[in-house]
Amino acid sequence: MKVLLRNPRRELELRGPMVVSVLLQRLDVNRESVLVIVDGTLVTSDASVGDGSTVEVRAVISGGAS
Amino acid sequence: MKCRSCRAPAVIDVYRHNAAFCHPCFLRHCREQVERAIKSFDMIHPGERVLVAVSGGKDSLALWDILLQAEMSADGLYVGLGIGDYSSESRRYARAFAELRGAKLVEIDLPTDFGYDIPTGSSAAKRAPCSACGLSKRHLFNQAALDGGYDVLATGHNLDDEAAVLFGNVLRWDLPYLGRQFPVLPSGDGFARKVKPLVRLSERETAAYCVLQGIDYIVEECPMSAGNRHLRYKEALNDIEARSPGSKAAFYFGFLERLAPLVTPAAEEEREGLHPCPRCGSPTVSEVCAFCKLAARAGGHS
Repeated sequence: MKVLLRNPRRELELRGPMVVSVLLQRLDVNRESVLVIVDGTLVTSDASVGDGSTVEVRAVISGGAS
Repeated sequence: MKCRSCRAPAVIDVYRHNAAFCHPCFLRHCREQVERAIKSFDMIHPGERVLVAVSGGKDSLALWDILLQAEMSADGLYVGLGIGDYSSESRRYARAFAELRGAKLVEIDLPTDFGYDIPTGSSAAKRAPCSACGLSKRHLFNQAALDGGYDVLATGHNLDDEAAVLFGNVLRWDLPYLGRQFPVLPSGDGFARKVKPLVRLSERETAAYCVLQGIDYIVEECPMSAGNRHLRYKEALNDIEARSPGSKAAFYFGFLERLAPLVTPAAEEEREGLHPCPRCGSPTVSEVCAFCKLAARAGGHS
């Protein structure tokens, strides 16, 4: 599967299938700080991601408050 | 995973509620949380004109959308900060949303209208970029709400923002700041009423709302905010939240319920020393207000 990460933008290739919660653990990403979008669709942490899928791990934390 | 409300397949899990929602039930959940915040904190009254501060990001666009969906009179306010491509991009998202919804977007451009931008202002005033930006926006939002005759100014601060600010204020035991950290600040003394209707939603929920509602927003983070203190507080709180879901909400709402009433007098005391700035007329406790000082140091004008 192709995994897209943001801030900074980068791309990884991982072998599927894999459950979303396992994918986030493997990427060392806190589940509170991202949305996972598989082939354009928002998914829950128990969803399984197939080998040919494109996964966007979209960061949701914005900074900037003074 | 099934939707908590209707048992249809879920598209998002909200860990602090130990619940998951399908697409339509999640959108309803977000709207209900905003409605509940507005009602319980007495933020906006029927028929009032609202000015929504819009950055082109997920929170402010979700807020504007929810208020419009609730058939409120809500105009947007976009402030161009002169942060290169990031500002042009964020303006594009704000304009596109307004155009699609047929909503009115008021625009202010810091470089054009006040003669400085955030990178210049930050270095000239020796302030962190987020501090110069926050100061400028607070001044301009307030002034625009007053000038436009709006009843209330709404900002997209969410639960994570408020919990992180509270965390910082507690670390420093900053009583005047703690006393002002309420989701509604009343009008008067040169201030418009300010409200934060998203305080019952996390930023993960506001982002999901945008994705599911088809709202395009600027996903890239402001290049000037990298590594700031506020982001570090959010990361620390999210580490706690991941192990103990509901901690952020308990921290913030516990403060509002139990501690805020005790520290409000500190903020009221500070407000008693306010007088109009001789240059721009905005309320200040100093001889000249912080916005006018910043603009002058950066070679601009107020």
